[in-house]
Amino acid sequence: MTTRRLAILLGLAISFGSSPAATLHVAQAGDATSMDPHSLNETMQLGFLGNIYEPLVARDKTLALTPGLATTWRRISPTVWRFSLRKGVTFHDGSPFGSDDVVFSFKRAMGDGSDMKPFTSGIKEVRKVDDLTVEIETLEPYPILPDVLSEVYMMSHKWCEANKAERPVDKRKGVENAASFKTDGTGPYRLKERQPGSRTVLVRNAQWWGKAEGNVDEVVFTPIASDPTRVAALLSGEVDVIEPVPLQDIDKIKADPALKVMQGPELRTIFIGMDQKRDELKGSNVKGRNPFKDRRVRLALYEAIDIEAIRTKIMRGAATPTALPLAPGVNGFAADLNKRAPYDVEGAKKLLAEAGYPTGFEVPMNCPNDRYVNDEQICQALAANWARIGVKIDLQLESKSIYFPKVLRRDTSLYLLGWTPATYDAHNVLLSLLQTPSATTGTFNLGSYSNPKVDELIGRIQSEVDPDQRLRLIHEALKLQQDDVAMLPLHQQALAWGMKRGVTLVQPADDTMPYKWVNLK
Amino acid sequence: MSWFILGRIVQGMVVMLVVALVSFSIFQYVGDPITSILGQDASESDRTQLRAELGLDKPAPVQFARFLARAATGDFGLSLSQGQRVSSLLAERFPATFELASLAGLASLVFGIPLGVYAALHRRSVGARLGMAVSLLGVSVPTFFLGILLILVFSVHLHWLPSFGRGDTVDVGGWSTGLLTLDGWRHALLPASTLAAFQLALVVRLVRSEMLEVLRADYIRFARARGLRDRRIHFRHALRNTLMPVLTIVGLQFGGLIAFAIITESVFQWPGLGLLFIQAIGTADVPVMAAYLCMVAAVFIVINLLVDVAYVLVDPRLRRR
Repeated sequence: MTTRRLAILLGLAISFGSSPAATLHVAQAGDATSMDPHSLNETMQLGFLGNIYEPLVARDKTLALTPGLATTWRRISPTVWRFSLRKGVTFHDGSPFGSDDVVFSFKRAMGDGSDMKPFTSGIKEVRKVDDLTVEIETLEPYPILPDVLSEVYMMSHKWCEANKAERPVDKRKGVENAASFKTDGTGPYRLKERQPGSRTVLVRNAQWWGKAEGNVDEVVFTPIASDPTRVAALLSGEVDVIEPVPLQDIDKIKADPALKVMQGPELRTIFIGMDQKRDELKGSNVKGRNPFKDRRVRLALYEAIDIEAIRTKIMRGAATPTALPLAPGVNGFAADLNKRAPYDVEGAKKLLAEAGYPTGFEVPMNCPNDRYVNDEQICQALAANWARIGVKIDLQLESKSIYFPKVLRRDTSLYLLGWTPATYDAHNVLLSLLQTPSATTGTFNLGSYSNPKVDELIGRIQSEVDPDQRLRLIHEALKLQQDDVAMLPLHQQALAWGMKRGVTLVQPADDTMPYKWVNLK
Repeated sequence: MSWFILGRIVQGMVVMLVVALVSFSIFQYVGDPITSILGQDASESDRTQLRAELGLDKPAPVQFARFLARAATGDFGLSLSQGQRVSSLLAERFPATFELASLAGLASLVFGIPLGVYAALHRRSVGARLGMAVSLLGVSVPTFFLGILLILVFSVHLHWLPSFGRGDTVDVGGWSTGLLTLDGWRHALLPASTLAAFQLALVVRLVRSEMLEVLRADYIRFARARGLRDRRIHFRHALRNTLMPVLTIVGLQFGGLIAFAIITESVFQWPGLGLLFIQAIGTADVPVMAAYLCMVAAVFIVINLLVDVAYVLVDPRLRRR
């Protein structure tokens, strides 16, 4: 027994001697900004709160729909859905869950200050039928209603009233709201302690209606933004799970016999968008015309991308190249369309010459440097790829808080973006990224791609009731935009979680970490 | 005397106003908080509406006036990302930073002064030369590098000390302290050492050079001539006079410790003000950033004021006008 080993044992004894059994220590790069389930539509926030609050319709390990607080649902007319609620469910404060809470929660999610409106905008009214039955009436036939409800969490009407939290916090009025830092859900865990940005503790809800598959009694969550510190916390054994593992540290963690790395596909697709509306590109040396309006130019850029190099060199294998704006886990994915245009520099040069740019042209490109995995390096690689066909990129790398307002003003000619459809359905992808921009459509179609046929298909997909027919329409729209080269799809980045060997858990592709499926040995 | 202090307070207020203006104008360029408040699916009209309701569409001077009027009453509004009062967020985080800075400041004095004295008295010895070389390293090694090095050695390899966070804290009248638990001390050791490194090196070098200066002074020579013992000369006469400027500088540096704890705090995920500030930058949480900058400026001004007053009290020459 060396002194060093003794010291390790001593250290471990000190670190873990006092904590109860089955405490999971988690460190993630980000924190849930608020404990209010309706305040922000963001992956980290909704994923974390999914341990405390629950939706009517939940998602299982493969992201397929599964009964949540509703046990069954069916459509009783083209626009009316009826949900039967689960019997005997109680909130963490002991009060029973029923239709009144559902009606209230929808009102809250649809009202002022809520960021959940994208999910609820198709809803006309939520009605109580009896204590355990509700009806949801939609404005138009809405075949994917259950899909969009999986992130609309149910709150207690009574608790919200008692805590003056009938609405999400109104940051404009400067009045705090208890729901930002206290909770009363129905989920498998309840909130024990909340220190924003530093420490959040959850404990198991012994009264939870579901069957416990995991054995974690307590979760201590710490956001650690600094990459080396987060990795060190895992290497030193202070935390059980970290997310994400920086790509450059994956091998180091794999090499440690006490640790492992779990990688899996994520739903987010990274792609390049191009301004196809302006008559002259901003910041380009081509005057009087917009090269990106020419399909041949867009295709040339596509064919010049060395996607394999990006996958192996920049993403270190942790990416799946794609030819579509959606991931395989998204409803509507079309495997037969997922074939990229070939990587062909000579062909790309020819296309550019045919389009009238034999020597290429200059154009600025906007790129975030702290939003997606290795976003900055991807953009630099693309700039190098395109330099080979004479397209000179003036790369503008910026922090996300500057990048997003700029591209959202459509103050861009060429940009890199990532998209996860919040509904796990292709309609959201088409509506947000590919429909002609208007007040409610194409909100992230920042290059203003526009094809009336695609628009028409998106409208039909929205209300098509027959699943097979709907899928056909989706594929048709995907094919059309692909033929147009509406965007340059790159890849789906991979999730990478680091953990101790004794941890088993489920890694859903939507980048959430449900603690109810975690087992500690 | 009171006129002097009053004058200093007025000066301090002018400085505060300038800081407020500078921080406010910087924030016009950090980006738009709207995108981080609203999620990706919000519509353009939602964005415009929120911008109007937050007053972000008003001209900058109007926004600044509103900011000043509310800041004067300590009201910095709600954090745009967390929806909680900025003042309570700051109050929650202040003890962590204060304790970290105090520990670091104290450590730099406790270790720095004896080392400095030793280096001055035995300046040709191997130990003193080695000490000076190491202190040069202390002044020049970047904080984040030192922090990560310490984590690597003491947390990852030796498993002696925790690598992040503050550990168990005890709430004493609204002030959360980590100094009453063993766990709290274990967590504080690495970050406090990291933060102290620069200060320590500074104190050692300062004490050494001041002491060398003082030892050359006439009254020391006279003391020697009187046949006083070295011990008495060094610690009774020389050290006391050495410490005056050292304490002044260390006092002023305490403000710096609080302000520059940002890097140490983000390396060790120490839940203090600096970390709050970094997190606020990530989300363009302007109210938090503004309040933080104003608070740091206030700390600096108060410490400066105290040092000035102390000087007047100690040095009679400054009292005459």
